[in-house]
Amino acid sequence: MTILEKPKQTLHTKDPNASFLSYMHQWIATSDHKKLGVMYVTTGLLFFLIGGLEAAMMRWQLAWSGMDVVGPEEFNRLFTMHGTTMVFLVGMPILLGVANYLVPLMIGARDLAFPRLNAFGFWLFFFGGLLLYFSYFGAQGLYGMGSAPDVGWFAYAPLTERTFSRGHSTDYWILGIGISGFGSIATGINLITTILTMRCPGMSLMKMPLFVWLMFIDAILIMIAMPPLTAAQIMLLFDRWLGAHFFDTQGGGSAVLWQNLFWFFGHPEVYILILPAFAYVSEIIPVFSRKVIFGYPLMVAATIAIGFISLGVWVHHMFALGLSPMVNAIFMGSTMLIAVPTGIKMFNWIATLYGGRIRFQTPMLFSLGFLTQFLLGGLTGIMLAVVPFDWQVSDSYFVVGHFHYVLFGGLVFSIFAAIYYWMPKVTGRMLSETLGKWHFWLLFIGFNLTFGPMHVSGMLGMPRRIYTYHPDRGWELWNLLSSIGVLFQIAAILFFTYNVLNSLFKGKKAGDDPWDAWTLEWETTSPPPEYNFPEIPTVHSRRPLWDKKHPEDPDWKYE
Amino acid sequence: MTPDHKTKLARAASGLMSKPIHAILLASIALLLTPSLNSFVMADEVATVPSNAPVCDGAAPWPTMFAPRSAPAQEILNITWLVIGIVGALGIIVMTMIIFSIIRYRYKEGDDETEPAQIYGSNPIELAWTILPTLIVFVLFMVSARGIFEIEKETPPEGSLEVTVVGHRWWWEFEYPEYGFVTANELHIPIGDDGTPIPTFLSLQSADVIHSFWVPQLAGKTDVVPNRDKNHLWLQPNMAGKYLGQCAEYCGGAHANMLITVIVEPESEFKKWVANQQKSAAVVPAATKGRHIFERTACINCHTVRGTVANGTFAPDLTHFMSRSILGAGAAPNNPKTLRQWVFDPQTIKPGCDMPAMKLTNEEIDLVCDYLETLK
Repeated sequence: MTILEKPKQTLHTKDPNASFLSYMHQWIATSDHKKLGVMYVTTGLLFFLIGGLEAAMMRWQLAWSGMDVVGPEEFNRLFTMHGTTMVFLVGMPILLGVANYLVPLMIGARDLAFPRLNAFGFWLFFFGGLLLYFSYFGAQGLYGMGSAPDVGWFAYAPLTERTFSRGHSTDYWILGIGISGFGSIATGINLITTILTMRCPGMSLMKMPLFVWLMFIDAILIMIAMPPLTAAQIMLLFDRWLGAHFFDTQGGGSAVLWQNLFWFFGHPEVYILILPAFAYVSEIIPVFSRKVIFGYPLMVAATIAIGFISLGVWVHHMFALGLSPMVNAIFMGSTMLIAVPTGIKMFNWIATLYGGRIRFQTPMLFSLGFLTQFLLGGLTGIMLAVVPFDWQVSDSYFVVGHFHYVLFGGLVFSIFAAIYYWMPKVTGRMLSETLGKWHFWLLFIGFNLTFGPMHVSGMLGMPRRIYTYHPDRGWELWNLLSSIGVLFQIAAILFFTYNVLNSLFKGKKAGDDPWDAWTLEWETTSPPPEYNFPEIPTVHSRRPLWDKKHPEDPDWKYE
Repeated sequence: MTPDHKTKLARAASGLMSKPIHAILLASIALLLTPSLNSFVMADEVATVPSNAPVCDGAAPWPTMFAPRSAPAQEILNITWLVIGIVGALGIIVMTMIIFSIIRYRYKEGDDETEPAQIYGSNPIELAWTILPTLIVFVLFMVSARGIFEIEKETPPEGSLEVTVVGHRWWWEFEYPEYGFVTANELHIPIGDDGTPIPTFLSLQSADVIHSFWVPQLAGKTDVVPNRDKNHLWLQPNMAGKYLGQCAEYCGGAHANMLITVIVEPESEFKKWVANQQKSAAVVPAATKGRHIFERTACINCHTVRGTVANGTFAPDLTHFMSRSILGAGAAPNNPKTLRQWVFDPQTIKPGCDMPAMKLTNEEIDLVCDYLETLK
């Protein structure tokens, strides 16, 4: 094989003479943004199954009062691992993976700016995740048995101090999350650099697809928000093993400090997770409505506004902490303010639907699921911003319902939309529409059945993170409904899994542009060659493929 | 509004109510949210409250914020209705917009295959949906901000009862500094004999990790934070009753069983209760054997029984243990059967709690229980 004849490597090109080892080597040693993107998303989905099983165990235990499926210790580990997994090992890798795959394609580049840093980031995340889960086997608990962390995903001090958290489980939490956090920071820097410096000719910032804008702001938020968490975790490690007293209240430390540091990361984190959801539907809704996105400049402005304001709302997680009325009022104001740019986005998506010719293929169904469910999650978010109301329902099942409407009803639905939309590009094969519709409707019913009733049980006084409850509280019905919903969700995920596996081997060939879409990734082949584009494209508008398909009425005339 | 509009509106309203499904939906929402209806529907459950509870029982069958029986909880509910109104209206409007667009503009067989008109945006419309939400948010902010300052009062009002609440893993200690005694898990607070509200000011402290004091019918929650002694909460009940709540901040192992019981009783009864609590433990000669076992076992390292050698402070004060209707911070009702089970092995009732099984013989357990039952 000479250099000139180097074969193009795509997802499925496999030299029949090459061994399995060399095939694996292609993946493990790769620095290709597409391969890394696929690895991110695949790992994320595997962790999604694990985190989902943990949730199912909890719902089984809570289905009725006084159940005995798991004991308090196991339950506490389950909700800690479920939350940590879903945020750090599902949400983050999938959003980074999709961005990894698509950003270079959408801006007409051949890779990210720092390909090897990219690979480094992925492997940090991967081993961070494994380290966290190794705690189930390796963390010496008090009784000499393996034990996963049981301090909750926000790990409030001083519960995490050595006095209250013996053994090593909390250390596994710190190190596992800390390591994958470094990976996220690296990828954030990579995305920012790529977007700023590697756009193809003609693509000014205001001609980037909205997806790229949202991931740009997202990467900036990652860079600002992750370091405080890492710093706080290192301080906690000092407390635990070097005798420091940052959060050690018995030694004069402050429990409030941990909350400030954690939520200074934790709130932007919520937006880090939801901006990619906005990014996916901002691409999918126009294509399936057959209309250009409504009000692009305002959408960009709203994105930037969300990015800014999201850095100044963290205290709304701490309204019940007994802070002064003035502090509470200020953060109530900033939290309500963020509803304005978010509302703008919602209205602009609706305006994009309005007057369109809407096609209900699976990606669009999931996007519309996102739209309705995120609306509800956003509205309960405004309710929670109202401090007096928050005093009642903070840390109750109302909050659990709220953030699952945002992160499951919003983010996860949009991730499924993205998978149905872009997987044909990645593998070159379509997913089944019939199975996709089964998947959507089962998940839609199951999701709402699980998380809708949680708002009620929360307002009836049910706090989160309890492994059991007494029959005199009137919570059984609502919990039973929630648990029944899980059965629908499990069925939906089975349909999805089968659909993906089936499509990999037997899916209909997709062709380059199955959805008749308008952004650059559909210009190249499916799957794209390693170098993405044989020739770097030149663009004149936000929808280069629209210009190509409608030379008589191109976009650049109107932008 | 022109008459024409009015009739249209009336027709729309009657149309809404005419469909039985709508009426059922509205009625079920009302049923769920109306506290008085709750009490009516669940009347038989109210009757299961122990017979020593005050005659006039304001406790709803569920510990819900929608049945407030105290000034701050009432204030919160008032704001909540406003919020639900605004947010609900917004939700209905936007949801209607989404559903209308989806249905009206769906692709139908035989539709024109060309692309629809491309609308790039509209400054006036976009300005409108930037400014209108901003105004709504502003109104909501002003109303809620007033509520915050009202509810988060710093100083106790004249004539209020002060109680220091100390959160422990996984039980509550209540100290009445004015009356000089300490009790646990069941908080008694007064209301005037004629029903006039008497404010109670709770100072919240923690002995270990963060807890949160939450009795939804009486007030919103406030965290109980170690090394931060200025947290406080005030209650001003307007109806006697037994109110349930529980720790609302995850605090480890037995968090789920860190329950709160608040008994609001007429002042005369409250005074009687205080007088009893102030006394040292009763000495009943018949229970001496059990007392000796209690005092020679590790019990006294953690528990206090005033007037005896037991003076531990890691666990609830047992001086007037039998005056409480609950065991293990509410994990079980307090009766001879559950008490015996508790002394045999607390982990069977409240898994994860700090009290170990003391490995007593059956005979010893009987004697200890006999002794504990004299602590009235």
